[in-house]
Amino acid sequence: MRLLRAMLLRDLRLAFRRWGDVVSPLMFFAIVTSLFPLALSPRHDVLQSLGPGVLWIAALLAMLLSLNALFRQDIEDGSMEQLAIGPHPLALLMLYKSLGHWLVAGLPLVALAPLLAVTYYLPGDAVAALCLTLLIGTPTLSLLGSVGAALTAGIRQSSGLLALLVLPLCLPVLMFGSRATALAGQGEDISGPLLLLAAMLALAASLLPLAAAAGIRISLD
Amino acid sequence: MRITLPTWFHKLASPPHFYRFARLLGPWLLWVSLLLMLIGAWGGLFLAPPDYQQGDGFRIIYVHVPSAYLSTMIYAVMATAAAIGLIWRIKLAHAVAAAAAPVGAWFTFLALVTGALWGKPMWGTYWEWDPRLTSELILLFLYFGYMSLRSAFDDQSRADRASAVLALVGVVNLPIIHYSVIWWSSIHQGPTISKLDAPSITTDMLWPLLVMILAYTLFFAAVLLQRVRAEVLDRERHARWVQELLAGPEGEVR
Repeated sequence: MRLLRAMLLRDLRLAFRRWGDVVSPLMFFAIVTSLFPLALSPRHDVLQSLGPGVLWIAALLAMLLSLNALFRQDIEDGSMEQLAIGPHPLALLMLYKSLGHWLVAGLPLVALAPLLAVTYYLPGDAVAALCLTLLIGTPTLSLLGSVGAALTAGIRQSSGLLALLVLPLCLPVLMFGSRATALAGQGEDISGPLLLLAAMLALAASLLPLAAAAGIRISLD
Repeated sequence: MRITLPTWFHKLASPPHFYRFARLLGPWLLWVSLLLMLIGAWGGLFLAPPDYQQGDGFRIIYVHVPSAYLSTMIYAVMATAAAIGLIWRIKLAHAVAAAAAPVGAWFTFLALVTGALWGKPMWGTYWEWDPRLTSELILLFLYFGYMSLRSAFDDQSRADRASAVLALVGVVNLPIIHYSVIWWSSIHQGPTISKLDAPSITTDMLWPLLVMILAYTLFFAAVLLQRVRAEVLDRERHARWVQELLAGPEGEVR
């Protein structure tokens, strides 16, 4: 447990030392969401109906942006190899790596989302639903992303490939997240989609670290 | 209780044995499948009566349904082979997974194209974000991801194992994606074109379909064997048996 905490703190400290890496996904999120009103139409009703989907897609792409470098440095400086040959189960370490990624790349998006949602004239219920679905959904995206990042860690020029691998797998989260947000805006009950998102998170947290660990072992070979 | 498998079954995991086995079996599968395809096409195009609603337009199901069925079946075959290769470290299983992926992608593409051609006269549109179409499209993307990951590695063994992990993640995800698409569209507001309500199909229409499904499956098996042979030759090109095979006892190149 001490190792896990030390590793998590180290990841966070490293991430926040390179401040640009933390801020750039947030900037990306804000800029991409502001492109749509300019490109499509600034009309309130159009933006209200597009908002949930646009915000969710932008959040997904922003998370993808930070995935590429997830394991690269750990592999280059040899610390991943140390973790892999150590006595602790690599899958558990992978779970914490995903947690670290989510704290750096996912949680800030959840915090920024309400601000952007207001520019899309989303009603209060939808803003709350957006935050809630992002809060439950983005950890699943981090876990899925960790598998993709682990598998492509040994490949140069892997960012396009990473998107191709990870995006189809992310679709269920995206669909339920944006749909629940839209439904909440119409004043409907969203407990169903929320529970499904939570179920996906539970499944992802229990299985995907194993796949990520297998991927890391292959990449370290 | 101990279950003993016959020796020839174990031998199949060895590339030279598999190569000879595939060379013997492949042509048989191919000819039988072509014969069945002719029978099925004849039954489907001439013997089956026109549909009372769709006229002759429905006859595309004799291509569409077998392709759609194979598109998911091949993914299962690929994932099973990948799992066998990953768990028991059988190189031949990786070769099977590698050979199956492009075939699966083509059948998925064929199912999408025939579906679009069928959709135009029946639904009035080539594309509809209907659950089945959507999950078929995502399946195509999964095949693309698998093949791209495989080709991104220079090292054969790493390509095999990494893509095997991806295939397994994908196979767990496929049902999730499929059912999410269905549930998502059930809470989807707005007009949804109801799918072709399947009327109880008459025997005249049904038997050619079943024959076609069998024919396509055998065709897939024949193509798979052929592709695995090529894959094995490529992977084992430095092995002595391949050198001998290529030289041939009579000095001819086969």
